[in-house]
Amino acid sequence: MVTVTANQPVVEMQSITKQFLDVVANRNINFNLFPKEICALLGENGAGKTTLMNILFGYYTCDKGEIFIKGKKAELSSPRDAICRGVGMIHQHFTLVPSQSVLENIIIGTEMRKSGFLDLKAAKDKLLHLQERFGLHIDPEARIWTLAIGEQQRVEILKALYRDVEILIMDEPTAVLAPSEISDLFRTLKSLVQEGKSIVFITHKLKEVIAIADRIVVLRRGEVVAERRTGDTNLRELANLMVGRDVLERISRKKIPPGEPVLEIHNLAVSNDKGLEAVKDIKLVVRKNEILGIAGVSGNGQRELAETLFGIREPQKGTIKINGITLHSGSPVSAIKLGMARIPEDRIETGLMMDLSVEENLILETHVSPDFHKRGLLNFNKIHQFSNELIEGYGIMTSGRDAVTRSLSGGNLQKVILARELSGKPTLIVASQPTRGLDVGAMEYIHQRILQEKERGAAIILISEDLDEIFILSDRIVVMYEGQIMGDVQLEEASREQIGLWISGVKK
Amino acid sequence: MIGEILNTAFITGLIGAAMRMATPIIFATLGEIINERAGILNLGIEGIMLMGAMTGFLVSITTGLLWIGVLAAALVGMILSLLMAFLTVYLGLSQHVSGLGITLFSTGLAMFIYRIHFGSPLVPPIVEPFTQVTIPLLSKIPVIGPSLFDQYALTYIAVLLIPIISIILYKTHIGLKIRTVGENPLAADNVGVNVYLTRTLCLVTGGALIGIGGSFLTLDHQNMFLIDVIGGRGWVSIAMVIFGNWDPLKGALGAFIFGFLDGLQLRLQGLGIKVPFDIFLMIPYLMTIIALVGVSRKAAVPACLLKPYRREEKGV
Repeated sequence: MVTVTANQPVVEMQSITKQFLDVVANRNINFNLFPKEICALLGENGAGKTTLMNILFGYYTCDKGEIFIKGKKAELSSPRDAICRGVGMIHQHFTLVPSQSVLENIIIGTEMRKSGFLDLKAAKDKLLHLQERFGLHIDPEARIWTLAIGEQQRVEILKALYRDVEILIMDEPTAVLAPSEISDLFRTLKSLVQEGKSIVFITHKLKEVIAIADRIVVLRRGEVVAERRTGDTNLRELANLMVGRDVLERISRKKIPPGEPVLEIHNLAVSNDKGLEAVKDIKLVVRKNEILGIAGVSGNGQRELAETLFGIREPQKGTIKINGITLHSGSPVSAIKLGMARIPEDRIETGLMMDLSVEENLILETHVSPDFHKRGLLNFNKIHQFSNELIEGYGIMTSGRDAVTRSLSGGNLQKVILARELSGKPTLIVASQPTRGLDVGAMEYIHQRILQEKERGAAIILISEDLDEIFILSDRIVVMYEGQIMGDVQLEEASREQIGLWISGVKK
Repeated sequence: MIGEILNTAFITGLIGAAMRMATPIIFATLGEIINERAGILNLGIEGIMLMGAMTGFLVSITTGLLWIGVLAAALVGMILSLLMAFLTVYLGLSQHVSGLGITLFSTGLAMFIYRIHFGSPLVPPIVEPFTQVTIPLLSKIPVIGPSLFDQYALTYIAVLLIPIISIILYKTHIGLKIRTVGENPLAADNVGVNVYLTRTLCLVTGGALIGIGGSFLTLDHQNMFLIDVIGGRGWVSIAMVIFGNWDPLKGALGAFIFGFLDGLQLRLQGLGIKVPFDIFLMIPYLMTIIALVGVSRKAAVPACLLKPYRREEKGV
């Protein structure tokens, strides 16, 4: 039995290499995790953070390298092997069964049974005991689908603790959380460390790293580029290490006085999928050369508002006018014809056809145009020329216009959408969470594009949960809370405190 | 005529017939529920039933032992399901194509083996079938006694399997694993459940039940093998799974209703009512469609039904 002392790592990963087809995801990585620490694994999308941790969790097998857990060499060929050694992982997309109860989700695979039957009572006692110990309260009988995202994450943490995990890997745990939930999570993580757990925190958000981590390991293109103690570094240095160049955003923006109104929304009310009122009597005007930022935590009606503007959701009442012409409600074609560019929140589900080629996605909205036709058939010469221009113009990293869209990275997927939507010189752009989940480089590019469009003369609605983004881009900021507009303020007069209060529903 | 229908003997006979007609469908529905709860739609069901019917018949006639025939039917169901598992679980191929392929293959194979063994006789060979088992005391209950407690052994087994499978599915750790593998295989894998093995075992177990369901048709219900002996009962079972919302109890209830309509139809024909058989064959499908329209929004389709599971795929 090897005893673990304070300076001996609980996890040692040595020269880990992992290749997917032609992409090297991890190259010769050495990574150590020490007892009772929170170690941040920082890197852009595609830097290999998740792959490395999936190897530690036994989900992927590495091509080369060795792993030692608590001083003992570990052969990990499935998550079961990792769990046996006290390693747990919480994926970015939770692995819960929505139709089952909290308890069922937690106990599965733990073989708690009494003469062949599930011993739910003993399992529940153990769970309640854990909840008490770590202050993670949740009703064991609740069905997962009834829980908020933050609560679901708590279930995932309890699931790991229930298995006596000592090493907990969390993949982008804050990506889906509201600000208040994030501070709860951080409190939980700190208490876990006090109880003797060691945590790996995968993220690309610099501020969180500084807030929570003891030590930071930076990955870039599948390699470890730096390791820092949190006290010895700062945001700017981490950003540089992460992307390999100076990118903390210093976007130059021109002050252009807004022109005539482009989008006018009157008394709009929209229901959500459950038939409940999601958008309540909203009035909004967006002008030419103006970016209106709509801040707020997701789930306060932003999605329903965006979908109504896109023409894919029918409002209960109210009118939407674009350049004075009424948008035919529930008609995407009408939205396109009136010159609206639509950048949806979920690029994979609603933005793109993942199994079609890049080119086909680029002409998705314009393929009926006479420009692309010759004698009733598609004119591929023109289409090829059109898509080549866009791929080049937007710097879309792909093997070619014929590449299947699924093969692109997140930032490039968003560029495809941007290229398609902006190619028609729209008068109105509705962008919903345009940089969610993207790395700093892609984010910066998209911000610049949006500003360029404003300068060109477009009216823009930017729906975002990211306050930094709202402040960087917007000329005017409104906050949505429970389907209503909480406040409306020019950028110059806006303070973060004020916006923060509105976001959490405090008026005045 | 109403008097003829409402007398005790008619009702007793009808319920008894409903139980018999329902038996193969209960077996197949339960088997298919186990498959689908684990995430695999087994469209090989019709072919597996036919192979079960043929194998049961052939082995019984050769050995003279009916129960050995039933066992052989279960075994052949397991083997064909193992093939299904290989194609869909391990190779991750389309479940629709694999299942239909197995049905086509089994249909050909069943006829082929039958011909090799028996040639093409003018009078089809027959087996001495199972006889009904009368349960003492209970069968003396008026009306329902003779109809429910004077049945074939396999019918009793089918009925007993309904609560047994319900309990396994909802009250044991095995059931929790099965349900999780069908709902979210990634979640199951993440807690150390072997997704591939669980799915394979579910297919094999379900296949055994489906095979036995087929054998009922040649060893109890009839005493000979005909190529159309299954007559779409496999497809009916698929419909019953949906009708029953993937629940053993409700699925079996659907099977019983089908059996009842089937029995009624035969009896009404006996009374000289001129209604084409086809009309009645439509009824379970109509019933399923109507039920689906009613429950479609709440239908508890296993979330990962039809989705192959792959571990080392990027983008997890």
